[in-house]
Amino acid sequence: MSTAADAGQSGFDRDKAGAGAPVLAVTDLGVSVRGEDGERPVVENLSFTLRRGETLCIAGESGSGKSMTALAIMGLLPRPAALLSSGSIRLNEVELSQLPESRMRQIRGDRIAMIFQEPMTSLNPVLSIGRQLIEAIETHTSMSRSQARARALAALQGVRISDAERRLRQFPHEMSGGMRQRVMIAMALALQPDVLIADEPTTALDVTVQGEVLELLRDLQRDQGTAIILITHDMGVVAEMADRVIVMRRGSMVEEGPVTRIFDAPQAPYTQELLASVPRLGGGAGRQATRAPEAVEPASAVAEIRDLHVRFDLHGGFFGRVDRRVHAVEGISFSIPPNQTLALVGESGCGKSTTARAIAGLLPYSGEIVIGGRNLAALDRSERKAVRRDVQMIFQDPHASLDPRMRVGDIVAEPLVVHAMGSRKDQAEHVAWLFERVGLPPDAVARYPHEFSGGQRQRISIARALALRPRLIIADEAVSALDVSVRARVLELLRELQRDFAVSYLFISHDMAVVENISDRVAVMYLGQIVETGTRDQVFANPRHPYTRRLIEAVPVPDPARRRPHFARLDREIPSPVRRADDPPPRLLLRDVGDGHLVAA
Amino acid sequence: MIVYLGRRLIQAALILFGVSIITFALLYLLPADPVRQIAGRSATAETVENIRRQLGLDQPFLVQYWRYVLKLMSGDLGRSYIQRSEVTELIMSRLPASLLLMVGAIICEVSIGLTMGLIAAMRRGTVTDRALMVSSFVGVSAPQFVVGLLLLYVFAVRLGWLPIGGYGTWQHLVLPSLTLGILGAGWYSRMMRSSMIDVLTQDYIRTAHAKGLAGRVVLLRHALPNAILPVIAMIGIDIGLFMSGIVVVESVFGWPGIGQLAWQAIQRVDVPIIMGVTLVSACAIVLGNLIADIVAPFIDPRIRLK
Repeated sequence: MSTAADAGQSGFDRDKAGAGAPVLAVTDLGVSVRGEDGERPVVENLSFTLRRGETLCIAGESGSGKSMTALAIMGLLPRPAALLSSGSIRLNEVELSQLPESRMRQIRGDRIAMIFQEPMTSLNPVLSIGRQLIEAIETHTSMSRSQARARALAALQGVRISDAERRLRQFPHEMSGGMRQRVMIAMALALQPDVLIADEPTTALDVTVQGEVLELLRDLQRDQGTAIILITHDMGVVAEMADRVIVMRRGSMVEEGPVTRIFDAPQAPYTQELLASVPRLGGGAGRQATRAPEAVEPASAVAEIRDLHVRFDLHGGFFGRVDRRVHAVEGISFSIPPNQTLALVGESGCGKSTTARAIAGLLPYSGEIVIGGRNLAALDRSERKAVRRDVQMIFQDPHASLDPRMRVGDIVAEPLVVHAMGSRKDQAEHVAWLFERVGLPPDAVARYPHEFSGGQRQRISIARALALRPRLIIADEAVSALDVSVRARVLELLRELQRDFAVSYLFISHDMAVVENISDRVAVMYLGQIVETGTRDQVFANPRHPYTRRLIEAVPVPDPARRRPHFARLDREIPSPVRRADDPPPRLLLRDVGDGHLVAA
Repeated sequence: MIVYLGRRLIQAALILFGVSIITFALLYLLPADPVRQIAGRSATAETVENIRRQLGLDQPFLVQYWRYVLKLMSGDLGRSYIQRSEVTELIMSRLPASLLLMVGAIICEVSIGLTMGLIAAMRRGTVTDRALMVSSFVGVSAPQFVVGLLLLYVFAVRLGWLPIGGYGTWQHLVLPSLTLGILGAGWYSRMMRSSMIDVLTQDYIRTAHAKGLAGRVVLLRHALPNAILPVIAMIGIDIGLFMSGIVVVESVFGWPGIGQLAWQAIQRVDVPIIMGVTLVSACAIVLGNLIADIVAPFIDPRIRLK
């Protein structure tokens, strides 16, 4: 224990100190999935040893078999589709791979615990937090209800949840994502397991919350000596957390080693490629060069947004009158010059997607939206439809945003059909040209969305958005769901298209590193208002608003040498944008701190 | 909660108003003449006109409706044309039997339907699953009078386990409840199966397994309450289906409920009784939905009222 604690303070050189006795030994692990075309291996020949107090990161992109490895260790492979085809898993001298389910059940949740990616759906919505915590404790101990309750309370306090007594009685939907993930951690660690498997534990969380959760895991590990297997696609998280790293690709281990060696001297070409495609603040491959801010007259701007408000009424009371409002967007103004990228950043619920949807004409709004010099509100239906051609959108989820029953060629051609552009033949030619332009094979037009990977689907979405030669493309978290290497290529494509077609982007993202990589100008949103805006360099090199600073500081740095002992801590939960109808939020005033760098006072 | 109930009651009153005006209009437009039915075939034209005037049926539609509504306000559903007694009394004397039948049917459909759906979901893709789904399909598609007669033939006539018809003991209740419930059971088993299959793939079920809970606990404590939610909303709607079902089932089994009353009244164009039964049915449907809405928050905290 003391070695682990000491090592924790001295940072990432724990691996050299040889943390402790081995707790988990995986030898020659193989997992197969049964499909229509027979068994297909998804994990092959995987071997590693996990020591007490150690953090092992399994890094890799989707389909690398990292989650299957975790489920295999837990004995939770989705049967009958997946099965353990070979190898041994030993936990403290107990062979798990041969264990009958009844024995495995005693180990699961007690000696090995697991937390998952999706905190929003990983807790049962109809049972109280207390019930779910106590249940886990009672299953594995002979404690009385009140003892179990006391243990649950202690576990909640252990994950720094304030007012734990009251939280026990709450239900999952009453908590934020970060809170729920902490509850999951409390549940997993309440019985002090030997091994904790964390499968993408912070991927679904906002970046400031991610920092807190990572720090919490680190602290709990130091106190309890738990060995952690952390599964992640995010090399920043790896650099912050790992003692040792396994890089996986297509079911096999590509490289293994201490974290410093993996980052400083990666051996395998794949590891090198993976690290190169990670977007980094202030650098990284393919970063947008700083472009001189052209002096843009408002009239020449592609889009000019003035004092935009989007509010949603909530009805209550006996007559269903409006008694509360969601102030999703509160008086924001910005303009997007031609051939430039404005990034709108902020955490979930800040109103960035609502802004996008209002500009795309998908939501009622108040204020002014001027596209190409024409004010949307002043136009009639047909004129508005014509203006719509100039604004197109790309969405986050490449799996959900394409109609599964349409051929992708038809999907891309649909905007042309809707706006009656050209003959059938012209349309087909245009679609073929678009496919070539976004880097898809010409024969792809006749296929269906499910036949493509996530990155390819996002290219299809881009082709659809480009079909009408718009002046503005709104990319709403368009690369967030993609693997890093794919993401880098899609970002490159977006930049290339901007060069060739002089299209402007409104790039909406929560990922500061990506934003820093692609944008010319940045606007930071918080609770429906812009708190800071300026050129990319102004905002990132000289962030003036505390919220902007916190966002930038919270980004995990993909460099273990710059690992920090503490993350920026959120002093409180972000307040709700729901307010009483007669109580609008105070208006933030933006002050120019030089050269058009605006900061909320 | 009180505000909510108040709103629902106002909605209910509006629904009942709509139902009453539509039913009244339909009966008014009906080619069958109630007065002819009362007077008999041999009555003179003068007698017929007399009766028509006595009953106020010579008045224009709106006047007739207005009179009806005025009486309705004081709880008076009028007098039966044929049976010469108050409709309210007639309905009240038969309502308990129908309610009993309805409770029996709900118990049948919920217990049979949910159990079948649960087993089918757990044994998904097996022979058991397929057999259960085929039988639920039969339950859904078989007409109720066929099911009723079939059950009568097997259990009452051939086996002699249960009485052929009538009212009084629990044995009398079994076959009519089953007949009425089998349709719903078929629906419920299908809904329960798909709902359960959906719930079993949810992340929180994986979490429950990861805690090391026994399969039975995961199923009953974590999956069932989530899977049952859509089914509960259905029970409210079902009461409407029952109302049409009891007309048939009560006739087949000679069950002295309002279904039988309605059946007799329809044959003789006894407008006040038809109106009365329709309004009571509408009340039951509204009430059923209200109860379903009130029960749901107890299972699902997300829709708990502020």
